[in-house]
Amino acid sequence: MSAPLLRVEGLGKTFASRRRGLWLPAGPGVRAVDDLSLDIAAASTTALVGESGCGKSTTGRLILRLIEPSQGRILFEGEDIAAAGPRQMKALRRQMQIIFQDPFGSMSPRRSVAQIIAEPLEAQGMIGSAAQAREVVAGLLEQVGLSPDHMHRLPRQFSGGQRQRIGIARAISVGPRFIVADEPVSALDVSVQAQIVNLLQDLQAQKRLAYLFISHDLAIVRHIAERVAVMYLGRVVEEGPKRAIFNAPQHPYTQALLSAAPDANPAARRRRIILAGDVPSPTSVPSGCGFRTRCPLAQAICAEARPVLRPVAEGQNAACHFAAPNPIGVALGGG
Amino acid sequence: MTLASLVVLAAIVLIAVFAEQVAPYNPLAQSILSVNQLPSAKHWLGTDQLGRDVLSRIIHGARTSLLLGISAPVLAAVIGTFLGLVGGYFGGWADRIIGRITDLLLAFPVLLLGIIVAAALSSGFWSMLMVLTIAFAPRFARIARASTLALRQAPFVEAAIAAGLGHGVILYRHILPNIIGPVVVVLTLWIATAIRLEATLSFLGLGTRPPFASWGNIIRDGLNAMFGSPWPIIAAGLAISITVLALNMIGDAVRDVLDPETRT
Repeated sequence: MSAPLLRVEGLGKTFASRRRGLWLPAGPGVRAVDDLSLDIAAASTTALVGESGCGKSTTGRLILRLIEPSQGRILFEGEDIAAAGPRQMKALRRQMQIIFQDPFGSMSPRRSVAQIIAEPLEAQGMIGSAAQAREVVAGLLEQVGLSPDHMHRLPRQFSGGQRQRIGIARAISVGPRFIVADEPVSALDVSVQAQIVNLLQDLQAQKRLAYLFISHDLAIVRHIAERVAVMYLGRVVEEGPKRAIFNAPQHPYTQALLSAAPDANPAARRRRIILAGDVPSPTSVPSGCGFRTRCPLAQAICAEARPVLRPVAEGQNAACHFAAPNPIGVALGGG
Repeated sequence: MTLASLVVLAAIVLIAVFAEQVAPYNPLAQSILSVNQLPSAKHWLGTDQLGRDVLSRIIHGARTSLLLGISAPVLAAVIGTFLGLVGGYFGGWADRIIGRITDLLLAFPVLLLGIIVAAALSSGFWSMLMVLTIAFAPRFARIARASTLALRQAPFVEAAIAAGLGHGVILYRHILPNIIGPVVVVLTLWIATAIRLEATLSFLGLGTRPPFASWGNIIRDGLNAMFGSPWPIIAAGLAISITVLALNMIGDAVRDVLDPETRT
């Protein structure tokens, strides 16, 4: 891969925990994201998958600096977002936007659709007059499949799918090249999900957008992504081209995650890998490999040495001492 | 009831505003010949120990009481809301400092504060305004802070940050409109309290200074001649009670309208 649009290096975020008492020191804090590295190419879709609470959404917010990172570098075309000053940051926000999961909470209930969509443009000083704003907003509404007549309505007059279109119009208004899509369809009806996914793909083709598509829905990820990164307890455990991740996962967690996904074909019976226990609390991450407490392959070394992401196949990296094709040894993908 | 309260309050406000035109006598004019009179056609609420017309004093007293009762809470709401917004939104040291000052002031009795200020500066309208503003501002700061804290994480605030908006615009445009409801409810209730406190401070001689009338010092003056003429005390007491009752009714109604939780 040539120089990526976005390169994340060693990104980490520890949320400070509350002090336990007046004289006691604060607890160890929550390691939401730990030493995460990721490359995203221009005009591509990288999916970030994992269970809820694994740090996917935090990662998306860290990259956009909606949350301040504790460690690491986020290079957007070589420019470090994590170290950018306010003015530089504002300029960078023109290049990178976000689409939120919640189409209801992500818009101020008192502001009109036109005001909502024009807000990033206005913040960036990209619109001069009210007439120009109307024109731009009308164009954006058409691009996302809504009528320009709707611009003076309030968000509550729209359905979830329509609101998500408004959210998309807001995100593309400033002409970004990178968009974090934080579970953009998981709050929507299944019938609407496909429309929104198609809209995202059309816009990507037209505008050469790069997406970081955060999702726990593997079926949609399979449809939209080119590369997939699997997260567990704040770390990327496996990352690679979609085909490799879905067909030849090398990390036992990826294999277990895939085996748990429902299959469209009911005749395809296969063994599900049931992981024992719960995800450990991010306040006390296990030593060594975070996954060892639930991993069927765990050995003594897994508690001692933390596995690093290493190449296991063409373009595919896994963080496991025992990474291998079909690590748990079951037939995947149905029969 | 709400409508009746609104009518009563509107009437009181109008009377206060047009006190000169409404009052039958000069509230300061004394008359040795007509002290401690019972209510009559000439003096509807009688006269006090100095022969001043009680009705005229109540009408002019409404002006002081309402002016202070409204301006102190409004000032406190503006200052408190600003501090609460800043503390809740930015967190960190700003929040801790504002929070500690708030706690300190909330623990300090208003009357004691009134006595200290009256002793250090002087009694009078401006001192009372200062005392009541300082006493009330922390209450608004708390409410504003709690509401801001809840909104700080709201996705639409994140969206505004992602858009590149400055913190000032975000606070003014996205947070303030959403916390103004609870602040207004508390404001209506604190206006009632401010009127009571004005009366208390004036009664204790820490507020409006004689010979000027306020509801509090009408009661204070009346106390000296309570057995000669109870009319000043009764009239001023009723004026305070009716106003406070009307304000509380309105406050409850505003809360019911703004807060869907209590709507029945």
